[in-house]
Order: sequence, then structure tokens, then C-alpha cells
Amino acid sequence: MLLSEAASSGPNFFFLVPLVVFIPVIGLLTNMIIGDRIPEKIIGIIGSTASGLAFLVAVLLGISLLNHPDGAIVPLVNWFTIGELSVDWAFQVDTLSVTMMLVVTGVGTLIHIYSIGYMHEDVRHKGDKKRYKRFFVFMNLFIVTMMVLVSANNYLMLFVGWEGVGLCSYLLIGFWYEKGKDGIGNALAGKKAFITNRIGDFGMLLAIFIMFWAFGTVDFYEVFEQAPAVAAAAPWVLMAITLLMLVGVAGKSAQIPLYVWLPDAMAGPTPVSALIHAATMVTAGVYLITRSYEIYNLVPEAQAIVATVGALTALFAATIATAQFDIKKVLAYSTISQLGFMVAAVGMGAYVAGMFHLVAHAFFKALLFLGSGSVIQGVEYGQHHAEHDSNQKNELKQRGEEQIDPQDIRNMGGIRKTMKITFWTYIIGALALAGVPPLVGFISKDEILAEADNLDQVIFGIPYTDIVYILLTVAAFLTAFYIGRQVLYVFFGKPRTLAAQHTKENPLIMTVPLMILAFLTIWGGGMNLPRVHTFATWLEQTLQHLHLGEFDLRVAIISTVLGLIGLLLAYLIYYRRYQAQHDLPAEQRPDDPLRPVLGRVFTLFENKYWVDELYWTLFVNPYVSLSKFLADVVDWRFLHDWFHDVVIAGLYKSYTHWLAGDFDLKIIDGFANWLARIVEKFASWLRKSETGYVRNYALSVFLGLILIIGFILLR
Amino acid sequence: MVPIEYYLGLSAILFTIGAVGVLIRRNAIIIFMSVELMLNSANLLFVAFARLHESMNGQIFVFFVMAVAAAEVAVGLALIVAIFHTKRSIDVDEIHLLKG
Repeated sequence: MLLSEAASSGPNFFFLVPLVVFIPVIGLLTNMIIGDRIPEKIIGIIGSTASGLAFLVAVLLGISLLNHPDGAIVPLVNWFTIGELSVDWAFQVDTLSVTMMLVVTGVGTLIHIYSIGYMHEDVRHKGDKKRYKRFFVFMNLFIVTMMVLVSANNYLMLFVGWEGVGLCSYLLIGFWYEKGKDGIGNALAGKKAFITNRIGDFGMLLAIFIMFWAFGTVDFYEVFEQAPAVAAAAPWVLMAITLLMLVGVAGKSAQIPLYVWLPDAMAGPTPVSALIHAATMVTAGVYLITRSYEIYNLVPEAQAIVATVGALTALFAATIATAQFDIKKVLAYSTISQLGFMVAAVGMGAYVAGMFHLVAHAFFKALLFLGSGSVIQGVEYGQHHAEHDSNQKNELKQRGEEQIDPQDIRNMGGIRKTMKITFWTYIIGALALAGVPPLVGFISKDEILAEADNLDQVIFGIPYTDIVYILLTVAAFLTAFYIGRQVLYVFFGKPRTLAAQHTKENPLIMTVPLMILAFLTIWGGGMNLPRVHTFATWLEQTLQHLHLGEFDLRVAIISTVLGLIGLLLAYLIYYRRYQAQHDLPAEQRPDDPLRPVLGRVFTLFENKYWVDELYWTLFVNPYVSLSKFLADVVDWRFLHDWFHDVVIAGLYKSYTHWLAGDFDLKIIDGFANWLARIVEKFASWLRKSETGYVRNYALSVFLGLILIIGFILLR
Repeated sequence: MVPIEYYLGLSAILFTIGAVGVLIRRNAIIIFMSVELMLNSANLLFVAFARLHESMNGQIFVFFVMAVAAAEVAVGLALIVAIFHTKRSIDVDEIHLLKG
């Protein structure tokens, strides 16, 4: 059905949109209330159903949008009205928000289902079965807040969701809060994520404040309407808004310089990493910029900064990913890098390319993360298996493998034979990430690169899109290399530990979501084939005057060839070379063949450029010292010991001493005593009249009578 | 008919005798009698003016005064007897507990 023909006919389900928020609310409340009394499976089914029904509603909204492409704003309640500012809780239904809803609830539902299996093992392994319920409550809460974020029709409501997903992220990173390094590692990771996001939110809030100050409203469309006039009158206002929003985006979508929280966020259970820290929450920043495209289009300078930040992040994180040994850390840096691609795309004004890559990335990165979770659980199973076998127990001891890190890719190898479904689905995800045609990752990434190549935008005399193009192309090459390295480490070669040798494929409840995601990864590219632009036409209903990315064969060939070279290089280094070294004694065998070759550079990548340490030295330690100084010296010694105890308490003491001594005793008491003495004297004088003799009184009465009569008569 | 001035004069004399009696005598019974004198001087005036104005109001007042005087005497004499029981005297100068 063509969009133009069918306008304003056919079924309209827009009124259902509040359900995308309220169905997961029902799910989480149900689990909260009865979760302790029902078996794990039912908890999982309730959680997944809630997410699935929300997906169904999103599908209905999508169908309605086919017929009513303009979308609608569905008001629910008036949140508050202060003076002239009135903020509604209203739902924005248009192609952009429904795209996000479909991705979040769709991928979210698959991950909920996967979690039924994954968390069963996880809570069994780590010991606290009650947390099974808590996990699904948090996951549903995440769906709720993410829906609030994407369905908001104003920036304040969006901010509510923005904070809500941050909270869920914090809760789920610290899900095993008593685990991790020194028993607080996971809790610290959660704290780090929360505080780093707070810095971003600070920028976001300031942007909203300026918006309110300049426009008097926070509604998307009212702001957009006034934006051109404001841009003409006071360009710096829009500059400030867009750049402060970028701070928020850098926090939420893990861009330089606030990306540091995302790798640590891998402390959360793997489905959380897949849903929140790869597929959905972290893309909120991309969504925000796309949603605010009318503002960004007015400020080319800000666009250039956004694009540059994105491109730098893409390359920077990709280099780090090449030297990580934790299976999830590789994917985490890969996520940062891919988010960099998206931010660079929306920065350049290629909103469709950015959003398309968002959707594509949600598919293949969720797939990769869930696959890595499957691998981790396989290794944990293998280790467990070896521990409980008397023969292998001794072997474990001999090889020094009693305590291995199940996430370290150096402890894996050869898993392709034992976990076939995981292996094949993972390969599909990895090839998509590497940008191998015709997988969805190729089409979406290629569109971004083509846009960067085609757009010739110059800011301050610098053709920044060309720089972005080069940065992203190098990042794309590195992407293929590091994912190839990871796959070869994990799945190929010989098993390097007993645990890897005894891995076992996970049950269907975990592998079926992998297969579905793999299917989407293969066919998802069909959404926006070059020259057909289905997805672009779809988004065009919301984002007017779109720049349609043109397919560029040269760019496609360059990126594909680079991707293949990256994979080949990984194959040569990590398969051929690694195999050759594999038979050497363990002491002489480098854990990574590149380590001796690259030397210091490898250490630099492995240690993530020491950015964490740099932040500690530059910000955290001075901040802690400053806090300590403020607490110990300024607050305690100066304010408490000196100012309070000496100055205020001392002055007050001497003042009260004076009041109690001189003032009270001498002046107040003196006055009261003087009064008493006067009264006493008068009374003792008066008492003389009281003789007690009846006749005296009688005489007084008589004289009084005479006086009164005399007064009356003589008056 | 006796002129009103005579009644007035007699009443004044009676009242003065009563008042002086109250003030200078110490025997409680005598003081009581003096009070009766003053009451009756007033009664005399009531009656005299009632006759002069040919109105019965004054005469009725006299009845009331007599009734009140009778009640007063009953209470007063009882008090005097009670005081006598404790003090063995009815000298009012010896009853001076109210002296300040």
C-alpha cells in the first residue's frame, strides 16, 4: 500500500499508546506483589508477556501509522501548570517514536525470554534465588521508563524517561552488588555509571532550562516552531542548547569524554548488557538528537562538533576494543564505537542513516551480547562439570585452573564444536558488525559512510565531513579486526582450558532468541535497501526535508574491502600465528600475538589509554581531596570546631551568662523586687485602717453615706 | 391634721438616736435596738408620706421593712447567742479578728 494513497483511512489505534507504558507497569507490579510465591518460570513468563504485549501495541501503532502517516499526540494528563508553562503527559506517536518503541519492546521481549533461561543459571550459580524476581521487575521497569522516554512529546517528559532508564541501568549494573572486586566492584561500577550520567544530565537539564527561558515552552513542536526566529535573533541560544544537549548525549550514549561508565557497566548480568547497555538505552542520545533535528539543523557549528565527537569516539573505542580480553569488554567498546558511528551520522544531518544504524545495531549487538552470555554460561558449566569429576579435578589443579575467569577470552577456544547454535548465530552477528554484505550491519554502516563522503560541509574552513569519513572508515576497519579477533579467540583453535573443553550448548529458551535475532540481522537490511529507502520514506513522515543517503559504490567497495582485510588480518594473526604459537610452553606463549609486535602500543590499548586513571588523577582524586578538605578542615575544624564551638557557642555562652547573671538578677529581678516593696509599703500603710472594731466600720459606712448623700444633694 | 414637718422632725431625731447608738454603744443587743430605731424612723416617714400623697405604696413598703426587720432580728440574735457561747461576752469591741 502506498502511503500517499491510504492517508487517513483504515484502522487507527493511536489511542492505545498509553498501554506501551502501562502494560509493563502491570507486569512489574504483578511480579513485585506475587513474585515470591510463584515459580521462576511464571515470573519470567509474566515479565516477557508484559514486554511482548507492549511490542504488540507498538506493532498496532505502526500499522495505524501506515494509514495515518502524520501520527498523533495522545494526551493523558496535565502534569503541571506553573504560570504560563503547562506540561502535559502526552504521547507522541509518529514514525520516529514508534520505530524506537518497536526496537525497544521487540528486542526487549527477546531478551526477556532469553533471561528466563540465563537468569535461572545465574541465580543458581551466584546463590540468591530471590533476585530472579527482582531482575524481571527491573527489566520491566526499564521498558516502562524507556517507553516514557521515546513516547514523550516534550523535553521534560523525555527527561523523566531519561532519568528513569539511568536508574534502571544503575539498579541492574549493581544487580550482583556484593560481587566484583573486593566485594564492592559491581556496586562501584553502578555508582560510576550513575555519577557519569549525572554529569551528562546536568548538561541536559541546563539545555531544558535555556529552552524554557528562550521559548517559554518545552513541547517539541512549539520549540521547533519558534526555533528559526530565535536562531535569527540570538544564535548563541540554540548553540548553547544543542551543545548542552550534546553533553547529555555524551553521558547517556557513552561518547567522549563521558564514555568511561559503559565498559564498567558490563558488571551487570549479560541480558542487561544486551538490552540496556547495547541495544536500547544507550541509543537514547541518538534518538534525542534525531528528535531535535530541527534545532540542530539551524546550528551547523554544533552539528560539526557532534559529528566530530561521534567519529572520534568511534575510532578511539575501536582501538581499545582490539586489545581487550574480557569477552564483554570487547563488545562494550564495540558498542561505544558503534554509538560513535550513529552520533557522527546524526551530527552530520544524516538522521535516517543514524536511526537505521541504531535499529541494525540493536539487532546485531543484542545478538552478540546474548551470544557472549551463552558462551559465558557454557564456560561456567564446563568449569562446574570439571570440578565435579574426580579425574578432571586433579587435572584442573595441575593446570592451575581452579579459579578461572569465565569471561576471559584467553580461557576459551574451540567452542564452535560444543556450542553450535551459539557459534553460528554469533558469526552472523560478528559479520554484520564487521560490515560484510548483505547483512544489516553492512547496509546501515555503509549508508553512514556514504553520507559522510557525499556531504561536503565546511565549518570554520574545515571540511569536517571528510575528516569524519576518514575516521569512520578507519574505525570500520578496526571493527572488523577486533570482532574477528574475538571470534577466533572464542570459537576457533583448541580449547585452552578444561572449562572450554567441556562447554555445553544452552537450552532452547536461550538459543531461540539468538536465532530470531540472527534472522533479523540477516534480513533487517531489507528495511532500507539502497535506492529503495523504505525506512527513509517511513521516517520522512516525521523528519521533514530529509537528506536521503545515496548509495555510493566506491564507498561500499572501500568499506567492504577494508572490512574483509580486517577479518583476514585477524585470521592471519589469531588463527595461523596463534596456532603456531600454541604448542609452545605456556610461559613463552604470549597471551596475544600482537603484544610482542606492538609492544607499548598494545599496552596502551589494553589499558584503555589510561583514561580511567587520567580521570582519577585529574578529577576524582582532586575532587575527593577537595571533599576531604572541605569535610575535615572547612566543615569540621573551621565551621564546627572554631566557628560553631568558639565563635557562636562562646559568644552565646557569654551572652547568656550576662543575661542570667547581671541582667536577670539585677535588672529584671531588681524591678520586680522594687515593685513588690512598693506594694508592700502601701499595703502596710493601708492595713492600719483595718482596726477590726465593728464600730469603726460602722462609722465608715455612716460617713460614706453622708458623703454620697451630700454629693447627691449638693451636685 | 399633723403637718408633715413634725413627722420629718420626729423621724430625724429617731434616726439620729439610732445612728449614734450604733456608733457609740458596745453592747451588741443595744446596737441591734438602735438599728431597729433607724428602721422605724424610716417606716414613720413611709407612712407619713403615704398619707400626704394618698398613696398605698409607702404603707406596703412598711410591711416589707417590718418583715425584713423581723427576719434580721431572728438571724442577728442567733448570731449573738453563738458569739456569746464562744466569747462569753457580747461586747463588739472584743470581736476584732479582722484587725489587719
